[in-house]
Amino acid sequence: MAVTTETEVVRDIRSDYKYGFSNSDAAENYFFKSGRGLSPELVAAISEHKNEPEWMRKFRLKSLDYFLARPLPTWGGNVAEIDFDNIYYYIRPTEKQAKSWEDLPADILDTWDKLGIPEAEKKYLAGVGAQYESEVVYHKLQEELVAQGVLFLDMDSGLREHEELVKQYFGTIIPQNDNKFAALNSAVWSGGSFIYVPPGVRIEMPLQAYFRINADNMGQFERTLIIVDEDAYVHYVEGCTAPIYSSDSLHSAVVEIIVKPRGRCRYTTIQNWSNNVYNLVTKRAVAYEDATMEWVDGNLGSKLTMKYPAIWLMGERAHGEVLSIAFAGEGQHQDAGGKCVHVAPRTSSVITSKSISKNGGRAGYRGLLEVAKGAEGSKSKVVCDALILDEESRSDTYPYIRVDESNVDIGHEATVSKIGEEQLFYLMSRGLSEAEASALIVSGFVEPITKELPLEYAVEMNRLILLQMEGSVG
Amino acid sequence: MALLELKNLHVTLEDGTEIVKGVDLAVRSGEVHAVMGPNGSGKSTLAYALMGHPAYVITEGEILLDGENVTELGADKRAQRGLFLAFQYPHAIPGVTVTSFLRSAMNAIRKARAGGEDDPINAGEFRKQVMGAMERLKVPREMASRYINDGFSGGEKKRIEILQMAVLKPRIAVLDETDSGLDIDALKIVAEGVRELVGPEMGALVITHYQRILNYIEPDFVHVFVDGRIVEEGGPELAHRLEAEGYEAFLPELVEGGGS
Repeated sequence: MAVTTETEVVRDIRSDYKYGFSNSDAAENYFFKSGRGLSPELVAAISEHKNEPEWMRKFRLKSLDYFLARPLPTWGGNVAEIDFDNIYYYIRPTEKQAKSWEDLPADILDTWDKLGIPEAEKKYLAGVGAQYESEVVYHKLQEELVAQGVLFLDMDSGLREHEELVKQYFGTIIPQNDNKFAALNSAVWSGGSFIYVPPGVRIEMPLQAYFRINADNMGQFERTLIIVDEDAYVHYVEGCTAPIYSSDSLHSAVVEIIVKPRGRCRYTTIQNWSNNVYNLVTKRAVAYEDATMEWVDGNLGSKLTMKYPAIWLMGERAHGEVLSIAFAGEGQHQDAGGKCVHVAPRTSSVITSKSISKNGGRAGYRGLLEVAKGAEGSKSKVVCDALILDEESRSDTYPYIRVDESNVDIGHEATVSKIGEEQLFYLMSRGLSEAEASALIVSGFVEPITKELPLEYAVEMNRLILLQMEGSVG
Repeated sequence: MALLELKNLHVTLEDGTEIVKGVDLAVRSGEVHAVMGPNGSGKSTLAYALMGHPAYVITEGEILLDGENVTELGADKRAQRGLFLAFQYPHAIPGVTVTSFLRSAMNAIRKARAGGEDDPINAGEFRKQVMGAMERLKVPREMASRYINDGFSGGEKKRIEILQMAVLKPRIAVLDETDSGLDIDALKIVAEGVRELVGPEMGALVITHYQRILNYIEPDFVHVFVDGRIVEEGGPELAHRLEAEGYEAFLPELVEGGGS
């Protein structure tokens, strides 16, 4: 068998994998497309086009100043090759949002049909927010949720319809000058989700949004804000997949989450960006007294991912969990991890990271665990396991720990392993090919995280792993 | 009708040490063959080489399955053609449940037999087969959702090996020291499981140090294996003789015996 390149593998995925395809006919039908590059005029035009309030226009322009003033980060991955002047910062595919599937233009409907969203929705989704390019084109929330006072809108609509609520929280968890890419998002953001769950409301079904990028050199800058009020619960699931491109593309999202006392929020992401996408995302949550925040984060694909979902434990007994999977193949660098900051006493956190690298890929864990003075009785456990599939691949671990309080319980474990010949032989003696055997070992390795995923995502994850592994066998 | 043939088989370790020094053997479906030998005679090497372990090099001779030369085939291809090895020391695959392991193996074999096209087993049928086999082998239900061999006792591992055999339905099964680590009740269950499968569809090659398991699986043929060679062959009475007299009579006088 000939050696299969990563590009061919991705094409292969597209050919028989329903989440990976491009819709080239659609590309020319955009309603509004900004020129390439970034300027105050463009930022003002985006704001005007969206009919935004003055404070948001100023927020965007100020953010642009911060973005331009900040140097590129020199740690993590190599971002020096991003050509910021060659990116479309805003594309809007349809004139206005559709209210039902039938209202959507035929080519977009065709795209969604291939994704199987209506079917999935019928089965068990509580609501679907779907992002096609920069704008959310379809949104629906089950009536019972509306009756309970739950808000689930795209961010633009959220700003229009619930301006006071948005203004109160927007940019408070991740300030506009937090880092260069958060500043960029703050300047040109479009789409994303806005969710508010009122006190005591528990949404048992996951809320889901599908994100895709579907045009050359198009940055996608979605902005998500989730507010979980006291005693409320929500599980938000986001799946990101993208077709292949001819040139580099940038995805830079900001996700802010507030979990009020005794509330609980779980945020699940599975990403499978095409191999030329820079995926530079800032995600941060605050959890108040007795609240729980959980990030479940799966990163496949992309050229470079830098993403460290963070939780600030602000109230007593707040609990945070970060579960992270990173899979790096040829030409890919996954710099993923998590951060937990213990501010209040008796708070607890667990960070579990599983990274896999193959075919010269580089996957690693970068994390921060911080316990502030006064956060006495806090507990934290960090476990990072790396699986390296061949000699060319690389794994790094950067577990920063800063503890300013003596009465705490901190644990850190790290392992690096390779697939053993005996394990492979055992599986192959049962009829599995080497690729199938490796894939089964890898899916077992990440099982502590996939078992936390909704079933369809777990199945998709394992299928993606198998496709990745098949690509590695010559 | 299945047929496994070993013709003048020589096996060395990667460092060149010869362990199996010319073995001829033929196992047909419906037959139980016992290969009995002392520790270090090369029994496990023979088992691994039969299954295609890459660390054991076949330097001479050949392995035929139903007349096809499988000597150069990998373990996966041999398994797909109906060969099975019950391991003496089965490996743990953390994170992979017994059920998921069985489904993966079954689907891999089905795929190979469907000419490379995916042909996954229907969920209901899979459940029926696995639950039925677990019941017959008295494997507790909760084991189905445990990670395979991860933290299993020696006896549990052996039972799960036999469960795999029962579910995958090989044509020729090689059992490497399956009796070791089993108490008498477990041994009876395992032996019964093997007996049940031996018939028109399957033959078995039972590799063992002790005669004990042969009290429950009556062999049709017994081969005494010493220092990489078969030194004596006979019917079930040979196993009883070994039990009574030990291997001393068959050991080469000045050779200590090597390998493992």
